[in-house]
Amino acid sequence: MSAWVTAAVQAVLVAAVAPLVIGLMRAVRARLEGRAGGRLAQPWRDLRKQLRKEPVIPADAGMFFTAAPVVLMATSVLVAGAAPYLSTAGPLPGVADLVVVVGLLLLGTVALALAGLDTGTAFGGMGASREMTIAALVEPTLLLAVFALSTRVGATDLGAIVAAGATDPARVFTPAGALAAAALAIATLAEAGRLPVDNPATHLELTMVHEAMVLEYAGRDLALVEWAASMRLTILLGLLANLFIPWGVASGAQPAALVLAAGVFVVKLAALGGLVAAGEVFVAKLRLFRVPELLAGSFVLGLLAVIASSVLA
Amino acid sequence: MNPVAAALGAAFALAGSGAIAALPAPARWGPAVVGAATAGVGIAGAAAGGAAVSGTVWQAYLPDLLPLAGVRLAVDPLAGWFLLLVGGVAAVVGVYTIGYLGRDGHGPAARGALAVLPVFVAAMLLVPAAGSVSTFLLAWELMAVTSLLLVLGEHRHSPAVRTAGLWYAAMTQAGFVTVLLGLTRLAAAAGGESFAAIRAAGAGLSPVTAGGVFLLCLAGFASKAGAVPLHPWLPRAHAEAPSHVSALMSAAMVKLGVYGIVRVGFDLLGGGARWWWLLLGALGAVSALYGILQAAVATDLKRLLAFSTSENVGLILLGLAAAGVWAGAGQDGVAGVALAAALLHAANHAGFKTLLFCGAGSVLRSTGTRDLDALGGLSRRMPATTALFTVGALCAAALPPGNGFVSEWLLLQALLHQAPQAGTVLTVAAPVAVAVVALTAGVGVATYVKVLGTGFLARPRGDGAATAVESPRSMLVAMGLAAAACAGLAIVPVVAAPALERIAGELRAGPELFAGGGVDLRLAGIGSIVSPLWVAVGVIGLAVGFAAAGRALGRARRRAPAWDCGDGPLTARMEYTATSFAEPLQRVFDDVLAPEQDVDVTPAAESAYIVRAVAYRRRLPDRIEAHLYGPVIAAADAVGRAGRRLANGSVHRYLAYMLAALVAVLVAGVIR
Repeated sequence: MSAWVTAAVQAVLVAAVAPLVIGLMRAVRARLEGRAGGRLAQPWRDLRKQLRKEPVIPADAGMFFTAAPVVLMATSVLVAGAAPYLSTAGPLPGVADLVVVVGLLLLGTVALALAGLDTGTAFGGMGASREMTIAALVEPTLLLAVFALSTRVGATDLGAIVAAGATDPARVFTPAGALAAAALAIATLAEAGRLPVDNPATHLELTMVHEAMVLEYAGRDLALVEWAASMRLTILLGLLANLFIPWGVASGAQPAALVLAAGVFVVKLAALGGLVAAGEVFVAKLRLFRVPELLAGSFVLGLLAVIASSVLA
Repeated sequence: MNPVAAALGAAFALAGSGAIAALPAPARWGPAVVGAATAGVGIAGAAAGGAAVSGTVWQAYLPDLLPLAGVRLAVDPLAGWFLLLVGGVAAVVGVYTIGYLGRDGHGPAARGALAVLPVFVAAMLLVPAAGSVSTFLLAWELMAVTSLLLVLGEHRHSPAVRTAGLWYAAMTQAGFVTVLLGLTRLAAAAGGESFAAIRAAGAGLSPVTAGGVFLLCLAGFASKAGAVPLHPWLPRAHAEAPSHVSALMSAAMVKLGVYGIVRVGFDLLGGGARWWWLLLGALGAVSALYGILQAAVATDLKRLLAFSTSENVGLILLGLAAAGVWAGAGQDGVAGVALAAALLHAANHAGFKTLLFCGAGSVLRSTGTRDLDALGGLSRRMPATTALFTVGALCAAALPPGNGFVSEWLLLQALLHQAPQAGTVLTVAAPVAVAVVALTAGVGVATYVKVLGTGFLARPRGDGAATAVESPRSMLVAMGLAAAACAGLAIVPVVAAPALERIAGELRAGPELFAGGGVDLRLAGIGSIVSPLWVAVGVIGLAVGFAAAGRALGRARRRAPAWDCGDGPLTARMEYTATSFAEPLQRVFDDVLAPEQDVDVTPAAESAYIVRAVAYRRRLPDRIEAHLYGPVIAAADAVGRAGRRLANGSVHRYLAYMLAALVAVLVAGVIR
């Protein structure tokens, strides 16, 4: 029973923190660019405002358009609850599997891409086409990094991987680990739609990917999409943090350990989010057709990580 | 009486009586008679398979049925698995046929073409049930001939059907010849033609003989399975055949090529050298990648599904290859997981491809086109078909909680395994295989988003799609059955676990693959767990919960015109089509696909800078076909033309030929 409580706490924590992570990243970026920027809680205020507004949907849109935000949100909440963010002993080990997590995140992407096509506008189709192209190319990198990590324990169970890293630091700081971290970081940026793959702040038709798909959403549908998108970023950053800095994660469900784990988790997120935001100041968005080159690079890193993990083991 | 024998007997009796009843039946009742008979054959075959995978084996020798060798039947759990698969597909397709060919139907209503259908299914059931080389070859050829007749069903309507039939006939016969050579050589070397005799002698064969037999059989079986580069018949035949036949061929017949590889490679030859399986893995990897890339850029719905069949066969072959390699390396547990992944993926693919080809048939029947660029907007006009097709697409894209995901997860678990002292080849081959599976899965997702998004959603882009009507009930029921089978395999794959363990044990792989009961799939040796039930419950439950909460707490939705940039109403011509959706992927994989593009700009008479018209043409030829088969066909053609010169009609010349032949025979006799 307590494992289910842990899962619920994790899901609520990720959902609550996710907009703040976006707010923090915007604030860091604004400060580094010499702007005043918004407050930390501004994304939360935006969500509250959108949740109250009337949802307007395109005249030609069907079921897929209205179903996509809830499916996206459902996959995000499920991953946030099952993956080992606060505790390695989750209630659903069969969901906290790296391959399942990758698949669930992809399911959310697909729901949104179908919604983009369902609007019948050129923008929606454009965003869906670009998003699916990038997602198709990110997949190999993600799974190769998974392969490199799974050699630690011989299984793809996330809880086991994080627990093994926490008890034996020598398994984390290996050449294979470093290569896998680099590959996974690039894949994370692509999957979460951050620079240099996609610019979350643009609405220019030549460049937008994620924003083009969700252009027709309004009201609570838009709020759900935005919220889920920020949760996906938090989920991916949290995974990156816990896989490569696996300390501070509770191994059971004692309240004190969970509170400590929550504090450590938030600090890790803030550090990683700040790092990503600071990096974004210095890079420009890549042309869409240069993105495959970046992903090919991260793919090679992943391949090297796997080979290093078996050769140098 | 043995239940397997009873069920198989019923299947063959039903097939015969169905075929005979279809010939004199009035045209209105023909499809119903044939459909019911086919469904009956399928149900009986599936019952036989179900009994066999639960452990009932059956053997029979009927010496009087055929001259010389007689008929030998032997059903073990491996054969049972494929009987179940073929039977299940045939049961669904039989029901579908009733509506598809029925009143105001589509496709061939000729009696001959109808009567062949149950015979084809019976032939497919006979292939795994065969227990000797001669019976197997007979069943194989019967299956090839009946399927060819069915492919040619609509030959009066389009010349493309005739081309497809020619390709299929040539390739399936060439494949038959290689299988014939391989199996007869094997029978000769083993000193007996029953599978039991070969199995007993299989381990003692010399490596050269065994390798040669494996290569010959692999060529024939892989061509039947549609593996690249032996695939060119498949996109043609699957696209041009009537849709119920496409479903049977793609979901069931292609799997019998896989069965052949398992039977000969693992069972009769008992494993073999590592290079066999590395070769098979390379074949699988090429098939998976090339198949899905061609599917990603295809705009013909059925051609796309056909290339996706090549892709899935590639994944199955990768699983078999991993099983062979790990078994050779002494890792029996992982080998069993890989074998289970391959067999489960074969069943999963049979489920969703039946559903998808039936869906494609429904679309073709009510819109008259297979061109995704001219479809769209079907979700409103054909809601039930769209919903069922969505289930199939979700499964085919290997997304959780679909059934394709479960088998790809198993396959990845088998490939992710790292054995100590595996050697350099495996250290590199395993990650490359993982990358191939991952890239295939990624492009596959994009492909099925394209099919669903441009084929069924948004607004209709053609007249056929704008006037589409929902399919008759029997077709929807059939697709619903296929969708239910997919959902069952997706959510509780553990029901297949005992059968898979039995088959793996019989093929000398790991004895115990799955640990514990419950609804989760727990791997005994590897320690990974997946619980498809919880994934499905989690996603669906949370999504329904959020939707209900939104409806209860939020304001009602309002419809308004989509954003048109202030430029007047949007038309359907402005939508993204299948071609435009796949354009970025096509550009990324430009070097592999090598599209032929042609832009003609016609300037106005007044000035070269004023454009009057732009013509754009793009073609995506199958490069492997053009480069591998083009020269062979051209050479055969040249030889044929040269040969014609030998026979110019002169009687003198023919007499001279006869004299020369006689002299040659006499000389040869004297020399010996």
